[in-house]
Amino acid sequence: MSASKLNQARPDSKSPSVNWAKIEEADNFAKTVKLYRQGKYDEDSFRRFRLQHGAYGTRMTNDYAMVRIKIPAGKIYPTQLEKIAQLSEAFSIGSAHFSTRENIQLHWVVLEDVSEIMRGLAEVGLTSREACGNTVRNVMCSPLSGVCAEEKFDATPYAIATAKFLLRNPMNQNLPRKFKFNFSCCEKHGMVRMCDVGVLPETREIEGKQEKGFKIFLGGGLGNKSFVGYQLEEFTPEEDLLYTSIAVLRIFDRMGDRKNMARNRMRYLVNEMGWEKFQNLVLKERAVVRATQSVIVKLDVDPIPEEIKKPIRISESGGNSVPDGYARWYKTNTFNQKQDGYQSVFIALEAGDITANQLREIAKIIRDYSAEGMARNGFSQDIAIRWIHEDDLPKMYSQLLQVGLAKSGSLTMASPIGCSGTTSCNLALTNSHRLAKEIQRKFLELKLDEEDDLRDSTIKISGCPNSCGQHGIATIGFFGGGSRVGKDMYPTYLMSLGGRSDGETMLGINCLRIPAKKVIPTILKIIELFKQNKKDADTLSSWIHRIVNGSEDSDIKSINDFKQILSPLTVPPTKDEDSDFYTDYGNDSSYHTKTGKGECAA
Amino acid sequence: MCCLSKEKTVRPTIDADSLSSQIRDNSVRVIDVRKEEEYKKNHIPNAVSLPLANLLSDDSPERAVKLFQSLGIDDETPVIVYDDTFGALASRVAWTLEYLGHSDVSLLDVTYNQWNSLGLENDNKIPSINSKTHSIVLQPQILATADYLEEAKEKEGVILLDNRERLNFLEQHIPGAINIPYRTLASPDKILRPKDEMKRLVENRGITPNSEIITYCGSVGTLSGLAFYALKSINLSNVKLYVKSFKEWKNLKKSTSKQENADYWDLSAE
Ligand code: SF4
Repeated sequence: MSASKLNQARPDSKSPSVNWAKIEEADNFAKTVKLYRQGKYDEDSFRRFRLQHGAYGTRMTNDYAMVRIKIPAGKIYPTQLEKIAQLSEAFSIGSAHFSTRENIQLHWVVLEDVSEIMRGLAEVGLTSREACGNTVRNVMCSPLSGVCAEEKFDATPYAIATAKFLLRNPMNQNLPRKFKFNFSCCEKHGMVRMCDVGVLPETREIEGKQEKGFKIFLGGGLGNKSFVGYQLEEFTPEEDLLYTSIAVLRIFDRMGDRKNMARNRMRYLVNEMGWEKFQNLVLKERAVVRATQSVIVKLDVDPIPEEIKKPIRISESGGNSVPDGYARWYKTNTFNQKQDGYQSVFIALEAGDITANQLREIAKIIRDYSAEGMARNGFSQDIAIRWIHEDDLPKMYSQLLQVGLAKSGSLTMASPIGCSGTTSCNLALTNSHRLAKEIQRKFLELKLDEEDDLRDSTIKISGCPNSCGQHGIATIGFFGGGSRVGKDMYPTYLMSLGGRSDGETMLGINCLRIPAKKVIPTILKIIELFKQNKKDADTLSSWIHRIVNGSEDSDIKSINDFKQILSPLTVPPTKDEDSDFYTDYGNDSSYHTKTGKGECAA
Repeated sequence: MCCLSKEKTVRPTIDADSLSSQIRDNSVRVIDVRKEEEYKKNHIPNAVSLPLANLLSDDSPERAVKLFQSLGIDDETPVIVYDDTFGALASRVAWTLEYLGHSDVSLLDVTYNQWNSLGLENDNKIPSINSKTHSIVLQPQILATADYLEEAKEKEGVILLDNRERLNFLEQHIPGAINIPYRTLASPDKILRPKDEMKRLVENRGITPNSEIITYCGSVGTLSGLAFYALKSINLSNVKLYVKSFKEWKNLKKSTSKQENADYWDLSAE
């Protein structure tokens, strides 16, 4: 009642275009939890059921779950953000988490309350179904699809149609392992070579006619062992996108390794078989799929473009002074759209975390400023609010400032990614989540977000050798572990250098094991070395790439040179000299490793 | 359980429309528990002021009853309480009245802020009050002390309910407690969820009509007071408020539990 009243002053909320939810699943989940608690459901089947419905286990306990809400193609609407805010206060910790795969996660939820969250989500058309487990996970799409000047066409409707086709599809309910689709606008913005199926819009001309299609990449992915995907063929025509997806899923379902948990992602299959053989198999299977579908299966691609409305402009009154910090924020958080006069604004969060109140504020800001009336989840634990008129930016900035969401540096190295680590993950060895926050704070304090030559570099951190924090594709990547001096343990990170996820995708090269409390000094040292040795047009990442590729001729020519210079930082002090060294971030007691059973909290 | 003679149908909450039609009825007493300055600016017409802090400065039955008498409340006066803090402060005042033996007390089912956004009346007139006489018939069955709690929590069928926020609960709680944060109890436009939702939610958490429930929160029994009324709203009547709550429990150096080996605080964006 009161809510609708308040809303009248604002532009109407755009309603979600697809309803992903099924309310029966909430009832069913509640019933199943009861049966499980009564011992009428065995541990393993319950676990599978729980994961299928998007609820992970939590660190060291069976009583809490993490609920992963899928946001297909990252399209999120104001009413959905408000609902998630409410659910996070009622059933979680009053904050929500934006993941690297366009999911929004609620942590430390009592298992018995998960069904209540599912119910709430259903009210706004969202689901957590198949967000975990051996299923097709959230279908991602670049947050810049539709506004990126490099793209051939907008991939979003295809990502949405693919998600619609696969969600709850019996074909992919019990795969050998999880399966990931990424759609992108261009090579640079979408990590198409780092997932099972990567899809990039492509066009070709046949007899003077433009034809839509795709470049499809198969068998890539990050993990304990990471691989770069292969391009299936020069050009995949539009109508073959679905047939290709079905063919690949069928092959994986049939031939994937179901026994060896550590090696059952599709990339291992591709690797063992060899690319050419796999490629042939896919092309053959696709021909079979095309020929044997009894009804013509087609992707239900929504042909109607998003409506772009001019929101009510608050800025037209003019005369507002530009608040402090605006220039810095503008430089590091906005992306020039291909549409004249419009910008996409990337909101920097700390390791993806956002409070319930901030979610509500974001919903308001979307209504006030975004001409498309929604937002996109980013790939970097962030949120993109697009279609902001250039003239509205100062006003929007001051509104963000008031609610603590105007941190600069979202599109720079100053926004590191950190997986959940010991805050909630059963497999974590270190508090990677907090480390990411600490690095961000340091970078912003030193104003490193403003440095042009650091801008395109990335820092990504995982709390264990699994790659939820995507360390393998970072310019400077870290994954957690423990080291010891005698009986005493201290948290460390294995640092890798030179990873990237663009057209020249490669995985970072392992360099050194860095104590957790020395990670920040190490990064700063690397930046200092770069500044001393860089050539004119260099960026940190181009310099590091030359070094890891052996084509650098300055003082630092190889990973080994780095090792030598940095190794003094890795020497442990005694406990008396520095007891802090033996603790991890966010925890005052002496460090020890403790892990439970993994469910791969990717 | 308690005296059948008193069994009128007193609802734990009253909706805004009903109150709105009763505010001119001088036999009903409406208590505003916000700070006095706020009350003075404006309030629900005819409401009297009893800031929670005033009651809590000494809430012994002898003093409390004097306070209520001075607000013109006798044993039969229907009382309605409201606040602007999601009903938690109002709950604590309502509970105190019940503890003194006053049965006809309800919470307004919206906050003062919501009342105003519904466009309902307010004013800044301070009504004149004639003191009345109120008896003291303590209702120990709705109060839990630390000693009582310590013994009871080991018993089958007793549920200890912690209504603080999740992170505080994980950090430290009374052993054996389950956690339903106070935010769970409200709906977006009411201080308490609709009954069917509340019932489902509470049942999912293993609370049955046969359970004896003891609620507690951080320090003075406000958040857990709201839980007291939430449970009452779905006819769970065997509920006790551990009014001195976790603050006293810790001061008494009684044992506590913690969710170990996880750095959950670092997930909070605050
Ligand atoms: S399993 Fe994933 S989320 Fe957990 S610590 Fe390892 S990388 Fe991080």
